[in-house]
Amino acid sequence: MAPSLATLKPPARASRNWGELIVEALIRAAGYSAILFVFLILLFLLREGLPTFAEVGLGDLFAVRWYPIEDYFGLLPLIGGSLIVTLGATLLAMPLGLATAVFVAEIAPRWLREILKPLIEVLGGLPSVVLGFMGMLALAPLVRETLNTPTGLTAFTGSILLAGMALPTLVSVAEDALDAVPRSYRDAALALGATPWQTIWRVTVPAARTGVLTAGMLGIGRAIGETMTVMMVTGNAARLPDGLGALFLPVRTMTATIAAEMGEVANGSTHYHVLFTVGLALFLISFLVNLMASAVVFRQKKRSERLLS
Amino acid sequence: MSRHTTQRLAFALLTLAAIVTTAPIVLIVGYIAATGLPAVSWEFLTTMPRDGMRAGGIWPAIVGTGLLTAGTGLVAVPLGIAAAIYLAEYAKDTTLTRAIRIAIINLAGIPSVVYGLFGLGLFVLFLNFGTSILAGCLTLAIMTLPVIISTAEEALRAVPQSFRVVSISLGGTKWQTIRRVVLPQALPGILTGVILGLERAAGETAPILFTAAAFFLPQLPGSAMDATMALPYHLFVISTQIPGMPIQIQYGTALVLLVFVLSMNLIATVIRARARAQRQW
Repeated sequence: MAPSLATLKPPARASRNWGELIVEALIRAAGYSAILFVFLILLFLLREGLPTFAEVGLGDLFAVRWYPIEDYFGLLPLIGGSLIVTLGATLLAMPLGLATAVFVAEIAPRWLREILKPLIEVLGGLPSVVLGFMGMLALAPLVRETLNTPTGLTAFTGSILLAGMALPTLVSVAEDALDAVPRSYRDAALALGATPWQTIWRVTVPAARTGVLTAGMLGIGRAIGETMTVMMVTGNAARLPDGLGALFLPVRTMTATIAAEMGEVANGSTHYHVLFTVGLALFLISFLVNLMASAVVFRQKKRSERLLS
Repeated sequence: MSRHTTQRLAFALLTLAAIVTTAPIVLIVGYIAATGLPAVSWEFLTTMPRDGMRAGGIWPAIVGTGLLTAGTGLVAVPLGIAAAIYLAEYAKDTTLTRAIRIAIINLAGIPSVVYGLFGLGLFVLFLNFGTSILAGCLTLAIMTLPVIISTAEEALRAVPQSFRVVSISLGGTKWQTIRRVVLPQALPGILTGVILGLERAAGETAPILFTAAAFFLPQLPGSAMDATMALPYHLFVISTQIPGMPIQIQYGTALVLLVFVLSMNLIATVIRARARAQRQW
């Protein structure tokens, strides 16, 4: 049982004055505030986003042309753009993040760990606009020359940077999962004559798989919601990606569309409502991803509690 | 291939992965520092931009980011710590508590640009604050809240139960126990969380895009109801919206933003390390 006052009952004679009761009421209200905020966010996204469905037909929303000036509000290119950038980021970040987590948790000597962990934390702290800035100036020209594409501002460029942004989350959650694998598992494998690598690959990583999966999901969640970086490096062309070749063409994501266009629309116009609908979709996606990830964590906890009792 | 060769190969690949992950961080920070440093002078830090921002300094952006960060802290810190106290010290394992936890996890995952939309809908338009520091701070505060709550709760839970038992057995009330015993012990951990949360708020662009940020202002904001310039948004503007922008100014601005954010990161790391060294339990 985690340390807490919830289970301790102060003696009845302990003086509880009015001030104390007020403080406790405020603390309780603060505790509930998180629910209130999620509710408020959903409420205002619905309030500003729902009129879309009265103003634009469903068929016109699920169309392939996004050209708001002429009232074309096809969302498919934006959804496709977000998907392809996120897919690329996942393919890059998953193996890299898992390998780095294994290196940090299982192989690196203590001193190297003490250097690597804060360094990865720094990556998590870099403002996305700084990464976008460096992406534009350093990475995009590199991509253009290496791949010989007409422009370096492609979905792929965005994927690389998003992978970088997802890595800190991915590495730290995966590392926690590896740390949580009982020492005895490793000792048993080593005692049976397995090499350290065989122990890692056949015992430790499989034992930590749920945590690793959670890490991946949270990393993806982070990637799909990233805004400034993708807006600065993906070229912002709203065209529907057709196949994997589109990875090396400019795209426009859902987040970048909101960020780029919201400043210029008239409040209450159809364009304004549609942008809120895109935000609503992003909210629901992140809600689902996080709900799934936390369900995995809760289930894991229950299983370990069962094993211990 | 013998299993020892396999191991050597695998370990080499893992090492390579760790290098690929961490080397760019050093490269990015180092490159921005080296390129941006010549542009940073006392004048650059303390004067207004001139000539369509192509010359002069970034003083209003620095002030704006300072104000936004401080205002965010003013709202998010008391609220976040109080929520953490509730979760760590009062809440029992009920459905409602679980709903609060799920809400916090979801707040942490909501994309920053969606916070921007929410701030626009609620604070700027519905409550009629306009594009203002107030609207920006409130938006950023709600975004920062989950970071502060989870780290503060973790810090509170790390305080051994025996401390609480002793305080209660000496006749202390719940609140006295929290105020005089648990909070002081958890303070370094809470502080670390607060700084990391505010670090994120200071570096964010998307949430202030439609709630607080101004492209260019000829003078500093006069009140909380004014819009403001901010370092992250300024960097975005001068690197994408203004043709013929001198590259030095761009790198200089990026460097100032990095120093602002990373020094917060450093302070948090130092507090954590010192608290760990001094801990008596």
